Amino acid sequence: MPQSEYLGVTQVNGPFILVDNAGSDAFYGELVEVRIPGGKTRKGRIVSLSEKATLIQVFAGTDRLIPNDTRVRLLGKALEVQLSPTIIGRTFNGLGEPADGCGVVFGGKRVDANGLPLNPIARQYPKDFIHTGISAIDTLTTLIRGQKLPIFSGNGLPHNQLAVQIATQARLMGSEDFAVVFAGIGIKHDDAAFMIKELSERGRANNVVTFLNLADDPVIERIATPRMALSAAEYLAFELGYHVLVIITDMTSYCEAVRELGVAAGEVPSRKGYPAYLYSDLASLYERAGVVHGATGSVTQLPILTMPNDDITHPIPDLTGYITEGQIVLSRELDGKGIYPPIDVLTSLSRLMKDGIGKGFTREDHSGVASQLFASYSRVQDVRSLASVVGEDELAKADKQSLKFGEFFENRFLKQGRDEDREIGYSLDMAWEILSSLPRGDLTRVSLEEIKTHIAKETADSPSEA
Amino acid sequence: MADVQRKSGPLDSDARSKIGRVEAVNGPVVHANGMSGFGMREMVHVGHRRLLGEIIHMEGDSATIQVYEETQGMKIGEIVSGTAETLSVSLGPGLIGGFFDGIGRPLSELQEMKGIFITPGLEVPMIDPDKTWDIHVEIKAGDMISQGSLLGTIQETPLLLHRVVCPPDVEGEVVWSASDGKIKSGGLVAKVRNALGRVVDVPLTQRWPVRTPRPYRERLLPNEPLITGQRVIDGLFPLAKGGTAAVPGGFGTGKTVTQHQLAKWSDAQVVVYIGCGERGNEMTDVLEQFPILEDPRSGRPLMERTILIANTSNMPVAAREASIYTGITIAEYFRDMGYDVALMADSTSRWAEALREISGRLEEIPAEEGFPAYLPSRLAEFYERAGRVVTLHGDNGSVSIIGAVSPPGGDFTEPVTRHTKRFIRCFWGLDRNLANARHYPAISWLDSYSEYAHEVEGWFEGHVDHRWGELREKARLILLEDERVQQVIRLVGEDVLPDDQRLLAYAAYLLKNAYLQQTAYGSDSYSSPEKGFSILDMIIHFYDRGLELVRQGVPISLIRENDAVTEITHLREFSAEDSSSFERARKRLDNHLDRVGVERTREQQGGRQ
Repeated sequence: MPQSEYLGVTQVNGPFILVDNAGSDAFYGELVEVRIPGGKTRKGRIVSLSEKATLIQVFAGTDRLIPNDTRVRLLGKALEVQLSPTIIGRTFNGLGEPADGCGVVFGGKRVDANGLPLNPIARQYPKDFIHTGISAIDTLTTLIRGQKLPIFSGNGLPHNQLAVQIATQARLMGSEDFAVVFAGIGIKHDDAAFMIKELSERGRANNVVTFLNLADDPVIERIATPRMALSAAEYLAFELGYHVLVIITDMTSYCEAVRELGVAAGEVPSRKGYPAYLYSDLASLYERAGVVHGATGSVTQLPILTMPNDDITHPIPDLTGYITEGQIVLSRELDGKGIYPPIDVLTSLSRLMKDGIGKGFTREDHSGVASQLFASYSRVQDVRSLASVVGEDELAKADKQSLKFGEFFENRFLKQGRDEDREIGYSLDMAWEILSSLPRGDLTRVSLEEIKTHIAKETADSPSEA
Repeated sequence: MADVQRKSGPLDSDARSKIGRVEAVNGPVVHANGMSGFGMREMVHVGHRRLLGEIIHMEGDSATIQVYEETQGMKIGEIVSGTAETLSVSLGPGLIGGFFDGIGRPLSELQEMKGIFITPGLEVPMIDPDKTWDIHVEIKAGDMISQGSLLGTIQETPLLLHRVVCPPDVEGEVVWSASDGKIKSGGLVAKVRNALGRVVDVPLTQRWPVRTPRPYRERLLPNEPLITGQRVIDGLFPLAKGGTAAVPGGFGTGKTVTQHQLAKWSDAQVVVYIGCGERGNEMTDVLEQFPILEDPRSGRPLMERTILIANTSNMPVAAREASIYTGITIAEYFRDMGYDVALMADSTSRWAEALREISGRLEEIPAEEGFPAYLPSRLAEFYERAGRVVTLHGDNGSVSIIGAVSPPGGDFTEPVTRHTKRFIRCFWGLDRNLANARHYPAISWLDSYSEYAHEVEGWFEGHVDHRWGELREKARLILLEDERVQQVIRLVGEDVLPDDQRLLAYAAYLLKNAYLQQTAYGSDSYSSPEKGFSILDMIIHFYDRGLELVRQGVPISLIRENDAVTEITHLREFSAEDSSSFERARKRLDNHLDRVGVERTREQQGGRQ
């Protein structure tokens, strides 16, 4: 393909350069190579195209760029990534270039990193339960194969440990191929090292594909990193038949990068300076998860984002929550109490769990028990705030029982070891056990039938039932 | 699109000669020159891939086009060609059970052509012109017909008789009509000689511009409820057929589940469900469930009355703006056959954001929070297309709109929620705390309202029970009063309250947990008005009798702590037909209350002796 090259840049503004008259060869979204004096090249992308001027966003930034001496070469292709079965076990940089010294990827295919929207009719509704061995997740915010379930965390909370625990303990029913795609966006060197070490040591050997953009790497590359990772995940899932778990951390860095670019491009900002299209932009990432008719593999996403100031109404978690199928929220308060995993179950949610639990999936009583735990634990919060006013001693009997239930719930049900793998049946039985500490009139979400089978069984020898 | 009737359109020869050229590309917004022969709002094909777009601004020789598909790969100088019509949809048999994208392309055909991903530049007719139907023709040569005349009927699905009605702009003498039997979707029903002596074709499948409301004869006041099978809606905040409702709520509060529930169970003959900028899996959920789920009234699969329109959040943003209009036009088409149509739009906020995004790219001056100043007028135009009307044919038909609103941060004071509230009459506000306690539907009984409540009360009193309005009012008062009592409880605890207030708090607890709370899964998913009324009746009955006993000095604990009372929270596990179970439960409750009362009297007498 003939490649045109242009000399001279009329304007440099942050990560953007303006090129006059790129001609009719250039297309919207095209990848370009920017050659700075001294012979080094950087990649860039056409973000606005008109007859007079072409706006190019330069990955790796515009430092040391001399306008008159800069050459821009059109590459005749969009942002692409090279994929082949050999990518498993490899590490790439944020732009999808090999970063492990093992050379370029040969064979396979090149795909547009932006991907294409999945036809909703091609999707299969995700229903397969992923057993994570974590009581709070399995019982109350069940992870489903093909789901996008983000972890809403805060700085200093153990979200990385939790993600690693989920990735290494995740058991997909059956013995299909399983791979992890890890995308680090603007993360610290230490975090990256921890995640990679844990994922490769504790997990099944050599099933991790890593895309890394570290905190000191160019901000603008962060836009490309998750797209590279998701393209790799889609390839592994829909062409090679792997069940892929994608861990993306930290989505907050990604959104900051989008804002930075938006402002530099002079766009009209929306809430908190983020561009109005942040929702569509995030959706173009999060929606790249799912199960498809006729393909054996699946893409499950576990993005991690740190809520600025722990504020769940901040645009980043807010927009994410509107797109993803639920969220796992970590609580600083529980973390302070020494409870791991510090999952705030009341604000956490799994939208897909309704169809992936119950008879034939987990256990018949699962849905009722989960609902009852939510209702009862929500009451605990009310009683606690009452107790802080009137004092615990002044509480009515039912309220005291409720407090006790809260304690059981947090210290026995929620709390578990960093490598403790609990069976779902064990978690559900434990749930019944702690529910039996409540008066029967409080159990409105489970059916009379279920109360008879489970509570009577477990407290058969207690005198109150006699 | 290769629809038959457009090929014969009078402007077609002009359209072919008009050619513009792309001069700038910025995301979904494309500028082109050489456009002076085009019309405002005209649909155009842009570039060599013939991406579909719409002209939204014209100035001199140049025009601004919003493109409904991904523009990556477009070059300067690519051609723009016209279609000589504004954004339109095909209306005819074959829509029911269909699944379309925002601009009306059937998604199954797209998949057949290109696989699991949607590639830009595909042209597919909305209705397959070769599909054949069995028609029963109602007219013959020599008949005079005008807009609204019934031309024929087609049994489209076992649930729906498709009435072929004369389109609004046709009037005259029938010179030829199709005969009973097979007819193709792309075929003609009749030929009509109009007043000017010109013979015009009346096709089975007509085109209609989506931004133009379809005409009707007259508007009626809504006075019949749209039964939804959801106790909190039917019982406390009912929606009328032809009414408008909004469901605002932060993420995870259950907007979509509420919308799905209404799509499943509301007693409309046709349901149009628009997934506007939401998740792909939610549409898949509907698509997989509806062919299996049965309509509670006819026992037929729900898909036989449902039309799905999806522009999921990752599909191009301009088509999201169009999807709402595509949906409402289809809804009006079925209304014009004399049907009650319910339209769910999930979510109107995404539609408003699509307006904002396009407006931003056009560099318009924003009003509040970046939304364009015309946001309220667009919302009004949309919601006003709902209504109960006398159709051109003379039947009664209705379109009810239920719009989900996704306020950022769950804040109901943001522009979309605020303006929507001005144009709707039924407001179901979703509450974050209820959702966290998994009290679903999380419709707040304090924030929500329905202006239809009194208008439809008469219907409920005639069809369910004459005490409907009275009990509704009592339940509302208990819940309202309970809010005040709860504030006290939060401060000092329950024990110090007088017994009558504790009884009230307990009755409110029963209302919330036994009546308002309703799971979307399992047998309680649809609760008939009769069943809802039985539960409500039992709770109010318990409260009234309990209050008498409290006044006689019976301690609340004696009244409350009994299996017969706890059982009230499990009444919903009974099926609606199982009236004997309700009776037995009521008898047990009465026995218990009688006994408590008698014991109290005996004690008092015993004390006196």
